[in-house]
Amino acid sequence: MTAPTIRSPAGEFWRRLRRRHTALAAGVVVLLIILIAIFAPVLAPYDPAAADYDALLQGPSLAHLAGTDSYGRDILSRIIWGGRISLTVGLVSAFAGGLVGTTLGLLSGWIGGWVDTVLMRLCDVLFAFPGILLAIAVVALLGPGVANVVWAVAVFSVPVFARLVRGTTMSLKQAQYIQAGRTIGVSGAKLMLYHILPGALPVVIVYMSLRIGSAILVGAALSFIGLGAQPPSPEWGAMLADGRSYLGVADHLTLFPGLAIFIVVLSFNVLGDGLRDALSQRLQ
Amino acid sequence: MSQPELLAIRDLSVSFPAESGRTTVVRDLSLTVSPGETVALVGESGSGKSVTSLAVTRLLDYGPGRIDTGEILYRDRAGTVRDLVRADAETMRRLRGPEIAMVFQQPMSSLNPVMRIGEQIAEAIVQHRDLGWSEAEAEALQLLERVRIPDARRQLKRYPFEISGGMRQRVMIAIALASRPRLLIADEPTTALDVTVQAQVLRLLRELRDDLGTGLLFITHDMGVVAELADRVAVMRGGDRLEEGSVAQIFAAPVHPYTRSLLAAVPVLGSLADTPLPAPFTIAPEEAVPQDTVVAGAPTLELRELVTRFDVRNAFGMLRAHVHAVEHVSFDIHPGETLALVGESGCGKSTLGRSIVRLETPRSGQIVFEGQDVLGPEAETNRALRRGIQYVFQDPYSALDPRLTVGFSVAEPIRTHALRQGAAVTQRVGELLELVGLPPHFAARYPHELSGGQCQRVGIARALASEPRLIIADEAVAALDVSIRAQIVNLLMSLQRRLGLSCLFISHDMAVVERVSHRVAVMYLGQIVEIGPRQAVLSSPQHAYTRRLLAAVPIPDPARRRRELAIDDSEVPSPLRAPDDIPTVAPLVEVGPGHFVARHPVGGLY
Repeated sequence: MTAPTIRSPAGEFWRRLRRRHTALAAGVVVLLIILIAIFAPVLAPYDPAAADYDALLQGPSLAHLAGTDSYGRDILSRIIWGGRISLTVGLVSAFAGGLVGTTLGLLSGWIGGWVDTVLMRLCDVLFAFPGILLAIAVVALLGPGVANVVWAVAVFSVPVFARLVRGTTMSLKQAQYIQAGRTIGVSGAKLMLYHILPGALPVVIVYMSLRIGSAILVGAALSFIGLGAQPPSPEWGAMLADGRSYLGVADHLTLFPGLAIFIVVLSFNVLGDGLRDALSQRLQ
Repeated sequence: MSQPELLAIRDLSVSFPAESGRTTVVRDLSLTVSPGETVALVGESGSGKSVTSLAVTRLLDYGPGRIDTGEILYRDRAGTVRDLVRADAETMRRLRGPEIAMVFQQPMSSLNPVMRIGEQIAEAIVQHRDLGWSEAEAEALQLLERVRIPDARRQLKRYPFEISGGMRQRVMIAIALASRPRLLIADEPTTALDVTVQAQVLRLLRELRDDLGTGLLFITHDMGVVAELADRVAVMRGGDRLEEGSVAQIFAAPVHPYTRSLLAAVPVLGSLADTPLPAPFTIAPEEAVPQDTVVAGAPTLELRELVTRFDVRNAFGMLRAHVHAVEHVSFDIHPGETLALVGESGCGKSTLGRSIVRLETPRSGQIVFEGQDVLGPEAETNRALRRGIQYVFQDPYSALDPRLTVGFSVAEPIRTHALRQGAAVTQRVGELLELVGLPPHFAARYPHELSGGQCQRVGIARALASEPRLIIADEAVAALDVSIRAQIVNLLMSLQRRLGLSCLFISHDMAVVERVSHRVAVMYLGQIVEIGPRQAVLSSPQHAYTRRLLAAVPIPDPARRRRELAIDDSEVPSPLRAPDDIPTVAPLVEVGPGHFVARHPVGGLY
């Protein structure tokens, strides 16, 4: 008799993801953007902070593919460098918020009782503020700067993840296969890790992909109103703010950073949809 | 072509979209139903019997299915014959109800949960007949009395969730009858019901057919029910009609081998009346032999005065009542022995099983497993117990994590209790799968890729993985088709023979219980009312409730059809009691060797 192979959940996930071509394309775009951000010093044609007063507000040309801004800085180079800031804000804050929120949600749903009550009331408090207002408050408290923007966005991601995961945990806790696990003697921690967390992961991953997108947006918004990245650092939101004064005169100042935000957010969303499909078997 | 008296289905084919193209689920089916006649459409899951009924009512139009060919001729009250396949949606809407009514399997999901029973029936009456609301309500009362709902006037004011499943099904029948249909299509109307309630519903359908001359198309997988009710039988498998004939003909001389195997797989209560030992089902070519597996020695499991109650609280968190699920239950299970626990839904048999594995927390009493007190404070004992007692659930799909492979699920208990290490785990998984009759490569599959029977085998393999001494099978075969049910019962019995397992077999199916058990315990309202050797309890039941339970079991033999048996319409009382109202537990007295019956203080009867 030959021993059977036990297919791992991870291997299965990859087998299913491979068949989803749009999601893979979005994944490739995301990967490209990340690579571009990492290799910005090599890829950027100009120094993003170098002003060229002979070429102010120039439209796209061969010398400056995306044109120049009011200081004559090359916009393409600034977008490439700016990707570093935007992606850091998006990825780090969404992951941090997701990690903390998922953990809290799991504990809250699994333990229940007063732990659940306390955690959920805290979430209610956070929910009571509009997200952007909360972010502004955090940044106002800690002072402007990219690192603080990350914190701000992470904080207001936590309750959303906690709520989502708590709900899934509570419904899965009643599932018969969890009870079956209990009769076998599987410990609570393992039940959470192997049976409940994988059940909650699809929602977390889908929401995280959306969250990365919106975190990038909020980061850009905070920079737009001057609380995030400080000049002259090439942040996309800050670039939009700069370009706002030249709308109608030099549209490329807002067009290209806006396009960058759009592509990145869209790619993360499409990737998230694909991941969700690959993680859940019922859609097969 | 001749005109039908009521309904004639000719060469009907129905298909559903599949991954590539379409799958035909009903192929060239022909069938007729005459007024006052009961035609049973019999088959296992996936045979296309329900799809046929959906095609007749054209409810199929609301799903992905499509009628490809054939005609469904129907003669309405006015005598007009029309082809339902070609009828437009408006015609069908007018036919559904006054002409063709349906009763479904799930009475809860077919009733509107936020409408009172009386209103729902009256609505159906007003919809189809030219009556005012108050006349309709009076008619609704009559209908409820017609379907023998006790205290009908009070029930009119109730909501569906306030009444039992059997009552709901009777309400559904009342609604179907409200419009005085000429054709009633009943799709597994008694499958979700207890035997006693099933007997009541079947008798009701029979009376209605005889009194009103309604044609009845009855869809079921239960040969016992067919024998009780049908005039003619059509056997279906995989969309094909294999055989059709009068009920006597089908049962006495089935022509098609499938019909023969279907009949052979039907458990017949009383077939083991001559032997005290359990015996597996005979699945050709193997002849089943009675097996003696009980080993003398200390009991594997001892229950003493076990009590499990649930609190019912009101909106302010104040104790309103207790559900007395298990009341002072005591029994032993010996090594290699199967004790069957029987009773109707809500009698507390599942709660008892769940209490033993501590899925519920008992209030008081003792559970001693292999000499160790299971309810003791030490957590370590608890772990050992979890290994020694394993549970097999009713629904095999929901008891397995859908996101994990079969192999992972079977390996989990081995890893949890560190019974094997490394590669030996997968080796053991393969062995276990072979033990339950599955190829080892099934380890790589997911639960949704398995059939119900295969999935239940996985559930059993998983239970065996922790090398238990006692298996609690909670309605473990109830959700399976008859032929699969026989296979799983045989599997459990062969495992008992090979591994010397003890088993607590919780079931409502008396015929299966007769096959598997050495002893039988009958549970009623949380109490054991009769317990003893299987032969004694089933052949000479002493308690009135045991007798009632046995009398309700359908006999799969049309020649022995019970014409007008005294089936009482009473409902099992609720186990819900006020907090200070503790039920008295009737003491058990011995009436034969090892045969105990509860002696109730009233009337001096057992």
